[in-house]
Amino acid sequence: MEIKVMKDILVNNNLVAEENAKTFKDKGIFVLNLMASPGAGKTSFILKTIEELSNSFKIAVIEGDIASKIDAEKIKERGIPAIQINTGGACHLDASMIKNALDFLDLSQIELLIIENVGNLVCPVEFKLGENLKVVVLSIPEGDDKPLKYPLIFSEANALILNKTDLLSYSDFDIDKLKEVVRGMNREVKIFEASCKDGKGIKDWSDWLKGQIYAFRLEGLKSG
Amino acid sequence: MHELSITEGILSIVLAQAETNNAKKVTRVNLKIGKMATVVSDCVRFYFELMSKDTIAKGAEVKIEEVPIKGKCFLCKGEFEMDELCLVCPKCQAIGVEVVSGKELFVESIEIE
Repeated sequence: MEIKVMKDILVNNNLVAEENAKTFKDKGIFVLNLMASPGAGKTSFILKTIEELSNSFKIAVIEGDIASKIDAEKIKERGIPAIQINTGGACHLDASMIKNALDFLDLSQIELLIIENVGNLVCPVEFKLGENLKVVVLSIPEGDDKPLKYPLIFSEANALILNKTDLLSYSDFDIDKLKEVVRGMNREVKIFEASCKDGKGIKDWSDWLKGQIYAFRLEGLKSG
Repeated sequence: MHELSITEGILSIVLAQAETNNAKKVTRVNLKIGKMATVVSDCVRFYFELMSKDTIAKGAEVKIEEVPIKGKCFLCKGEFEMDELCLVCPKCQAIGVEVVSGKELFVESIEIE
């Protein structure tokens, strides 16, 4: 006997992600899911964002890595609460991991939560965490062909950070071509050229993010 | 590697549906997986075999229907199918495609005894 099911395979993850999103909304926490390949500069970019925004918002960070506490420690050194999730081999964070990590954070003291996903351009994008924005970091040395090789993550991103632009003169990376390709698959994406080395673009990004957070708060006020 | 979590999701849906329908055995699982989801079918089958071995879904055949990538041109709104994501509309040559199918991850149906 055949039984029609028609269920999203990730339904369980999506349900927990919705639960997380509700918790975040109730507590007024704006959440970023930051994704990139290993070495793109996610942690450096978070540190730069913290420098720029820690006077405006109470920030906390959840770090996802297969192993080690290196990243969470770098964040904690700046006096920012950070939780390290070690996935023990899993190549992405999922909504339950985030839900469990929230027990270790004082949610009343957070206005902006940055989740650094496991370095990977394939799997993380499939697993919603309850975030407000998906942010992808692509660094210049990785090459401008990445969006065509990993289209899903670039087509779902709300913002794309082109990091390490200080290395552009050593590279054949074609920024205009890259933008054309990414906008070809994702019309809404906001693209920032940035460098954590010389600080380029960090202010533009932070100002935009501020705007997003204020819009989120306004919406929260409207919906009571 | 996301195949492990995906297979966990599949198995939990399959077992829940089987229980609701008082199944003694699940003989087949029909999946619909979009080509853009980059899921390796053989990995899913392998993990399913491992994970289902102590359940009534043990030995079930896992059939995977691959959903092709279909795009819609931003400009002329024409729809077209493609082997891999192509951003140039074959009809009007404009650059810009909205993916309308090819990202699916669905358990379509199960067959039970």
